[in-house]
Amino acid sequence: MSIATRAERSFLRMALGHPAFVIGCALSSFFIALALISFVWTPFDPTKLSIPTKLQTPSLSHWFGTDHFGRDMFSMIMVGARVSIAVAFVAVGIGMLLGVPLGLYAAARRGSFIDELIMRGNDLVFAFPSLLLAIMITAVFGPGAINAIIAIGIFNIPVFARLSRGAALSLWTRDFILAARVAGKGAVRISAEHILPNIANLLIVQGTIQFSLAILAEAALAYVGLGAQPPLPSWGRMLADAQTLISLAPQMALFPGFAIIITVLGLNLMGDGLRDLFDPKLRRER
Amino acid sequence: MTAYLLRRFLSLSLSLVAASLVIFLVMEVVPGDPASFMLGINADPGALAALRLQMGLDEPLPLRYITWVAGLLQGDFGVSYTYRVPVSELISERVMISLPLTLYALALSTLIAFPAGIIAAARRNSAADLSVMGATQLGVAIPNFWFAMILVLIFAINLRWFSAGGFPGWDAGFGPALKALTLPAIALALPQASILARVMRSSLIDTLDEDFMRTARAKGLSRSQALWRHALRNALIPVLTIIGLQFSFLLAGGIIIENVFYLPGLGRLVFQAITQRDLIVVRSVVILLVFAVIVVTFLVDLAYAAADPRLRRQRR
Repeated sequence: MSIATRAERSFLRMALGHPAFVIGCALSSFFIALALISFVWTPFDPTKLSIPTKLQTPSLSHWFGTDHFGRDMFSMIMVGARVSIAVAFVAVGIGMLLGVPLGLYAAARRGSFIDELIMRGNDLVFAFPSLLLAIMITAVFGPGAINAIIAIGIFNIPVFARLSRGAALSLWTRDFILAARVAGKGAVRISAEHILPNIANLLIVQGTIQFSLAILAEAALAYVGLGAQPPLPSWGRMLADAQTLISLAPQMALFPGFAIIITVLGLNLMGDGLRDLFDPKLRRER
Repeated sequence: MTAYLLRRFLSLSLSLVAASLVIFLVMEVVPGDPASFMLGINADPGALAALRLQMGLDEPLPLRYITWVAGLLQGDFGVSYTYRVPVSELISERVMISLPLTLYALALSTLIAFPAGIIAAARRNSAADLSVMGATQLGVAIPNFWFAMILVLIFAINLRWFSAGGFPGWDAGFGPALKALTLPAIALALPQASILARVMRSSLIDTLDEDFMRTARAKGLSRSQALWRHALRNALIPVLTIIGLQFSFLLAGGIIIENVFYLPGLGRLVFQAITQRDLIVVRSVVILLVFAVIVVTFLVDLAYAAADPRLRRQRR
C-alpha cells in the first residue's frame, strides 16, 4: 500500500514537472469547465434571437460579440463545447468498448480464422474515412449529432482493435502470462486480468489523441451540415454561419475557430505528456 | 515475389468486394425502399413505379447487387435521379477538379514537410527543431476548413491576390485554373504537412542512431554527407507509407474544402446529392472514393515490399 502511494506521489511530481502536460491539462480542463458551467449558467440565452444587437464586435456585455441573429457568441461557444465534448467522448467510448475486446480476442486467438476475420474487417473500416461513413449514414438516416457519433465511433473501432492486438501479442509471449496459464487461467481471464491492465497506459494515450481527432471530425461534420442540428449551437456550424459574413464580421469566424484549436491543442499536449510520463525511456531518447 | 503479388492481389479483390457489399447494404437495403425514400412520402405512384423500374428494385437483392457491380465494372454508375444524366458523366467532370486538388495538396504537403522534418532531425533540440515541432503541434490542431476561411479573409478579401472561390475551368488555361486551386490546396496541405514533418523527423532520428551511420562517419563522411547519402534513403520508407495514407485523407478532406471555396468537385456533388436525396449519386461517389483509398493503400504496400524485401516474406 505504502509502495503504491509513493509511486503515485512520484508520478504526480513528475506530471507537474512536465510543462507540456500541465499546459495541455489546463487548456482542456478550461473547455470542459466551460461546457459544465453552460448547463447552469451562460451570460445570455444562446438560442435567443435579437436582431437589433446583431453583428456586434466584442464588448463588455458581449465578450465575443454577437452573430447575424444577435445571439451572444460567448454563450454559443460555451454550449458548443458541451456538444463537441459529448460527441467526441461517446464516439471514442464506442471505439474503445468495441475495439479493445476485439483486439484482445484476436490476440488471444492469434493466427486463427477469427483473428484474420477481425483484422480484415478492421482494414475494411479503415478504407472508409469517417467523413465518407458520415455521408453514407446521413444520406440514409438524415443529419444529426447521433449519426455523427456513430460515424466517428465506427471509425475509432479499428484504431483501438489494432492497437490492443499489437500490444497484447507482445505480452502473450512473456513469462508472467505463461505463469498465469500454468495456474490454469483461460484466455478470457488472462486478457482481462493480466493483458488489459498492462496495455491501459497505451489505451489512455491513444484515447486522448482520438478524442482530439473526434473533436476535429465533429466540427467538420457540423460545418457541412451533417452534425448537430439547429437550434443547438455547435462550433462547426457557427463557422459555417460565419463564412458568408467573414468580411463583415470576422469575429464570428475567429472565436469558434480558436475554441476548436485550443481544445485540440490541449488534448494533444496532454496525450504527448502522458506518453512521456508512462514511458520515461522514450522521454530520455527524444 | 510472384506468390506475394498474387496473395496481395487476392486480398485487394476481396477488399473491393467487401467494400461494395457494405455500400450496397447501407444505401440500398437499409432505407427499405430506396425509390420511395428518394421521392418522399407524398410521391406520385406513377413516378414511384418508374423510378423503381429504373433502379431495378423489383429484382431480387443478389441480382440487383450483381447488376450494379457489373455496371460499375463497365463504368456505368446508373442515371442520376435529379440531374437526369449518367452519373459517370457527372463524376468525370468533377474528378477533373477533385483529383488535381488532391495531388496539388499532396505535393505542397511533401514540399513543406521534407525540409522541415530534415532540419528538425539534423539539428535535434535546436531552436529550429523546437520551432518546427511547435508549428506542427499547432498545424494538427487547426481545422483545415477554418484555415481555409482565414486564407480567404487574408489573401482574397484583404490582399485580393486570389479569388475567394469558384473555378474558371481548365479551358480558361492552366495558370488561372491552378491559381483557383492554390488556396484550397494550401488549406488542405497544412495539417498533413504537420503530420508528415513529424514522421520525417522521428524516422530520420531513428536512422541517425543506427550503426551503419557510425560506420559512414568512421569512413570519413561529414555529418551532412552521411545524412544525405545514407540516412535519408533509409528514413524514407515509413515516410512513403504515410504519404500513401495521406492521399485518402486529402481526398476525403477535399470534400469539405471544396465547400469552402465553392469548387464544383466531387465534394459539392455529394453534398448536393444528399440534400436532394439522390442516393444513386451518393453511392457512386462513395464507392469511387473508397475504391481509390483501397487501391492506393495496395500500391503503397507494393512499393513498400519492393523497397524492403524482408516484408515480402512476412505477413504483417
